[in-house]
Amino acid sequence: MSLPTDRKYTASHEWIKAEGDVYAVGITDTAQEQLGDLVFVGDVNVGAKLAAGATAGVVESVKAASDIYAPVAGEITAFNTELEASPNLINESAFTAWIFKIRPDNPADVDGLLDAAGYQAGAGG
Amino acid sequence: MLAGGPQARPVFRHPAFDLEPSMSAALKRTPLAELHLAAGARMVDFGGWEMPLAYGSQIEEHHAVRRDAGMFDVSHMLNVDVAGAGAPAFLARLLANDVARLAVPGKALYSCMLNPEGGVIDDLIVYYFAPDRWRVVVNAATADKDLAWMRRVIAAGGFDAAVEPRRDLAMIAVQGPAARDKVWAARPQWRAAAEPLAPFSAAALQADLLLARTGYTGEDGFEIVLPAAQAPALWQDLAAAGVAPCGLGARDTLRLEAGMNLYGQDMDELTQPDQAGLAWTVSLKDPARRFIGREALERFAAPCGFAGLMLQERGVMRSHMAVRTALGPGVVTSGTMSPTLGVSIGLARVPAGVAAGDAAEVEIRGKWLPARICRLPFVRHGKAVEHP
Repeated sequence: MSLPTDRKYTASHEWIKAEGDVYAVGITDTAQEQLGDLVFVGDVNVGAKLAAGATAGVVESVKAASDIYAPVAGEITAFNTELEASPNLINESAFTAWIFKIRPDNPADVDGLLDAAGYQAGAGG
Repeated sequence: MLAGGPQARPVFRHPAFDLEPSMSAALKRTPLAELHLAAGARMVDFGGWEMPLAYGSQIEEHHAVRRDAGMFDVSHMLNVDVAGAGAPAFLARLLANDVARLAVPGKALYSCMLNPEGGVIDDLIVYYFAPDRWRVVVNAATADKDLAWMRRVIAAGGFDAAVEPRRDLAMIAVQGPAARDKVWAARPQWRAAAEPLAPFSAAALQADLLLARTGYTGEDGFEIVLPAAQAPALWQDLAAAGVAPCGLGARDTLRLEAGMNLYGQDMDELTQPDQAGLAWTVSLKDPARRFIGREALERFAAPCGFAGLMLQERGVMRSHMAVRTALGPGVVTSGTMSPTLGVSIGLARVPAGVAAGDAAEVEIRGKWLPARICRLPFVRHGKAVEHP
């Protein structure tokens, strides 16, 4: 499928999209497809200040748990609590079901992440 | 999600089975592998076999078995023929359960095969056809080890018995409340012989065609053993009759809800049967039957409990997670999210004396979450079993 071009990506299968002065972060469609039916999304600490690449939360499918990483350094400002009752929203629509929001220490860090073509070339094909 | 440089291909591990989707040429394929691939199944390495994990949504496959009918390719499991006048004596020595319980042809028995320390080499089902004709079905990953062990026991005991692996056979499990009707729809000619079968009994319909009323899901249904060449047609006819193809993912959540053990996860060669909730499969009744492992069980039994666990908060229990109870520590041996109950369930090794209804805690990523000790199974015939 063609990837949304209104956002950036990581090699570890997160997407990050500007929403005002914060950024929404989710996992890519490729990632949800590989993980299978999600049954738990959580362990996101709102208010936590994270380094780039630090664990920001977890998504679990029926059989496997995978960490979600902060794509850039910053502060977690929100968790999508809708996913507590309905983690499968990510299976249904990975690019709209954001998991957490982050306020980057340095918004320019986002520019250095992969664009859609770069992600697709590396892993997201 | 998963670490890796920008150029790295994603590798999604499947921790419970240690699976990777990358297939090496060495993986074995069942006679149905082409059909799984054509159906778009996600294939994984399971015990050296390339097997379907799921065809689409694993949770929908789970529900299909609980509510209607689903089928599993279990051809990776090995059927072994046991023949010879000494077969009863050989099996009495080899198995912890007592094959003397099998008097009616076609009757099946679940048993562990133990090492001299009482550890579980494998769990299996043995079918009785005649005193000199038996069939044993063992797990895929342990098949070579099992065969070597059986031959060693025959040689050491001088039994007049022989074991013959039947890799020429395939096996399809059809499970669910509508499984029987859909098997009749696909193969009307089997109905007369299969319909009267009691649970845990089998009928040999013709040479190399076995219908057994057994399974690994807690639902009614059959396990059908047939020549490999006939398996694809049966699979397709069952699909046409409305049986949903199901993968190993659903097989695992179904067996866990049904409170059934998985070899290699809930027990292994370092585990005695009662450390895995399998004391009921060990027959000590006949004092003269000196099966392998008996002496160790009688002299060096490790008192231990084994129970179900139900998480009281959001989260998912996984194997190897630590458990705390009022009587001491334990460990989760299998855990998952139950699609039927909507909560995380697991099997756990706990101190002796821990009882259903007791409070416990499970450590999930550094936090101790409350859980409750439960009787097994969690789900029987599509319905949640009441728990205190």
